[in-house]
Amino acid sequence: MTDPHDHAHDHSHVDHGAEALGYYETMQIALTELLIEKGVFGAEDVRREVEAMHARTPARGAAVVAHAWRDPAFKARLLADGSAACESLGIAMGPTRLVVVENTPGVHNVIVCTLCSCYPRVLLGLPPDWYKSRPYRSRVVREPRTVLAEFGLELPNDTIVRVHDSTADMRYMVLPERPKGTERLSEAALAELVTRDCMIGVAVPSRSSPR
Amino acid sequence: MSARFAPGEPVRVRRAFPPGHVRTPYYARGKAGVVERLCGAFRNPEELAFGRNGEPKQPLYRVRFVQRELWPDYAGPAHDTLDIELYEHWLESP
Repeated sequence: MTDPHDHAHDHSHVDHGAEALGYYETMQIALTELLIEKGVFGAEDVRREVEAMHARTPARGAAVVAHAWRDPAFKARLLADGSAACESLGIAMGPTRLVVVENTPGVHNVIVCTLCSCYPRVLLGLPPDWYKSRPYRSRVVREPRTVLAEFGLELPNDTIVRVHDSTADMRYMVLPERPKGTERLSEAALAELVTRDCMIGVAVPSRSSPR
Repeated sequence: MSARFAPGEPVRVRRAFPPGHVRTPYYARGKAGVVERLCGAFRNPEELAFGRNGEPKQPLYRVRFVQRELWPDYAGPAHDTLDIELYEHWLESP
């Protein structure tokens, strides 16, 4: 037997390129192939799920934030039960239990997952690489102000910095403060000011935030 | 679900080092904080990790610590905090 592809189904290694596979890549491919062979799901289901995962973007979270800025009753519901409030906007939250933490003039919030890379993907899409990196995860819990300064966000000492470590079943999103001078902006224009990093808490929106 | 602790109540994280899949970060073990909220009841990940059903569900809390409790050499102001989710079996009365 010289053909390594002696198993019955057709598949391409289109995602894997020509480089040697690492341990976890090999395990992931083996597991996927076995689940497809056993009929748990089909290759098309995997493809569709990956496509859907890449289609989720921070624009969803930004729309939630902009709505909360304009509608105080919605904001109150969002802070009380993040998942239910997002569902009420037509966002299918699935099993995600969302906790929204609000930045105020005296309080700044920042999100991390020290154990792995838990992230509110349903609202923010895929996490940036730095969010999953060991330096961010290990440092932001013990020297958040230094890490935030490295992101260009210097906070005065009279601001309370609250770090939120997503260690279990909740997912977190920061509700940033609405920038001054935006009273006349439409909800869509407000959403343009809200970037991914603002909802993780390593940045704050400004009147002229680039998207 | 009957929850042992109420929001606002002081708690201490057990100082224990069991093997296996544990969601309690090392840096919080043995530290004192205050219950910020009760999140609900969830299946125990320490059991789920081994293919068991994770029942009975465990009350899950968000516990708030002041940073200087976690890191005695914390460089920022005394009012900075860190919140962690912790399952009830990791908490005790201080």
